[in-house]
Amino acid sequence: ALSPFQLDFWLAPRGPGHPVDVRVPFPSLQPLKAHLEANGVSYSIMIEDVQALVDHERMQMLRGRRKLPLSTNTFDYATYHSLDEIYTFMDLLVAENSNLVSKIEIGRSTENRPLYVLKFSKGGTNRPAIWIDTGIHSREWVTQASGVWFAKKIALDHKNDNGLASILDKMDIFLEIVTNPDGFAFTQTQNRMWRKTRSRHSGSSCIGVDPNRNWDAGFGGPGASGNPCSETYHGPYANSEPEVKAIVDFVKNHGNIKAFVSIHSYSQLLLYPYGYTSTPVPDQKELHEISRKAVAALSSLYGTNYKYGSIITTIYQASGGTIDWTYNQGIKYSFTFELRDTGRYGFLLPAKQIVPTAQETWLALKVIMLHARDHLY
Amino acid sequence: AAMELPPSHQPATRAAALAVGYISYRRGSPGRGLGLRAVRHASGQDIDGVGRKYHLDLVLEDIPDKDSTVNCTAEVLYHLGNKNIAPDVQFTIEGELKNTDEADNIFYNRIKSLEKELVAENIPDSHGNVSPEMEPIHLLAWVASGYVIWQNSTENTKFQLAQIKHVKQVKRSDEYLEFDYMILLHEMVSQEIIPWQMTVLWHPQHGVQVTQDSRQPKHAAE
Repeated sequence: ALSPFQLDFWLAPRGPGHPVDVRVPFPSLQPLKAHLEANGVSYSIMIEDVQALVDHERMQMLRGRRKLPLSTNTFDYATYHSLDEIYTFMDLLVAENSNLVSKIEIGRSTENRPLYVLKFSKGGTNRPAIWIDTGIHSREWVTQASGVWFAKKIALDHKNDNGLASILDKMDIFLEIVTNPDGFAFTQTQNRMWRKTRSRHSGSSCIGVDPNRNWDAGFGGPGASGNPCSETYHGPYANSEPEVKAIVDFVKNHGNIKAFVSIHSYSQLLLYPYGYTSTPVPDQKELHEISRKAVAALSSLYGTNYKYGSIITTIYQASGGTIDWTYNQGIKYSFTFELRDTGRYGFLLPAKQIVPTAQETWLALKVIMLHARDHLY
Repeated sequence: AAMELPPSHQPATRAAALAVGYISYRRGSPGRGLGLRAVRHASGQDIDGVGRKYHLDLVLEDIPDKDSTVNCTAEVLYHLGNKNIAPDVQFTIEGELKNTDEADNIFYNRIKSLEKELVAENIPDSHGNVSPEMEPIHLLAWVASGYVIWQNSTENTKFQLAQIKHVKQVKRSDEYLEFDYMILLHEMVSQEIIPWQMTVLWHPQHGVQVTQDSRQPKHAAE
């Protein structure tokens, strides 16, 4: 008797005494009301017009997505952004600061997304440089978000902040904000916890290589996995991943990079090489001392607690890692950060912690950059 | 002989994470989880034929009230050989933990009086948000995951709760609250995200209990 009404039950009938929620097509409204009243069944209206609600929601979602900032001054640094929004930000920053900032494409990802690096330079030719990358592991969202903040910070402060101005007098800064764009897109659409690249290698149905195990330093040794389905899969050979190869080629071609910082989350650590071996690096003492000062600067802002040391002693053995390779290339000041937090939110760090995290990390980065500036080699 | 360990180095931090998981399970509630603030001191020793024992001086912080901390000493014994025995954990908390009776009772009554069973997913969401109504559900998972972490840790693992993928209340006729959780654990050494199902019982006077739990295949939670 009820089927001609085409009722859509949102809370199905369970038995006498239990409420039922039902969506009623317009033509069935009056007949259904009559039927309920005739049988003494009480009802109330929760939503007058479902279609209006659906239309409103769709409009909100479209508006939110299409609301592109008109300048880097109206960009919201305290929220997480999509890949397109970050690429738009980069172009805005370059347009607003074309005397300081330029955008370089250093390669393409597996899924053919551009790999962009921002160059901050006050001139000169092939000046000694500092490299910073964020987002190499795509699920570590606070890092890409911090990278965006760093870019704006450099543009804002390059004249009035003495330390930064003096760094840029002598050195260039290269900043790759989305180092793994395929992985990042995947975390937005399919799996928030995706870490690796999105490459397919023959012989496996599993996708992706850990870009921080794919470098040519102790490649394939203990501290990485040969299983393509593993989160720490090193890949079929060193630099198999275009995202990694692009940086390797850039670094080799540039030839004058003096400091290299690769940024991850989480754990609140500042690390220097090595990860693949317990043999200390020759510059251990100096790197340890820089770390001490950098961490002190970081903590001075909000009291955030960081530990520091070599990768292998402080976190775990890891082979084929970025800064092991860069150090062995002669880039003495090679560091990795693990940003906030220590596990309460882990990868899902609340957006309101983005700016404080970026601010405190920037203080540590300045210590490293200033030291490099004062100890060029 | 006991050997001093740098508190920031891995064996100490892994043992500490395990200890805190256990302690949180034993002392936690929907009004309070316990997290590791710092390792003040650590030492380890091999015990012939038994295993490896760590002695830890820890500072714990109250989740959600991070300004509230307590000191704690703990001993963790990883058993030799047989990987099916959970490590032994002994602990002493110095001083009192904050009383959460009021918050616990409010939550208890709120859930008990729900018409429809509570259902939720993705806590925190992708942006790290946890709504205030879901905070006790989040903390309960944090506390209960301490049990799973304790039972499944070795010297080569360090687990953290990454996210609640799905939670469903199961109505009971007795006084307990029951929740069926599907959580994601992040294992730091392998970097794996491991889905885990756990059935959690709670009552303000009887504490948290995990009555059933099972590791799920990697794609179970997608």
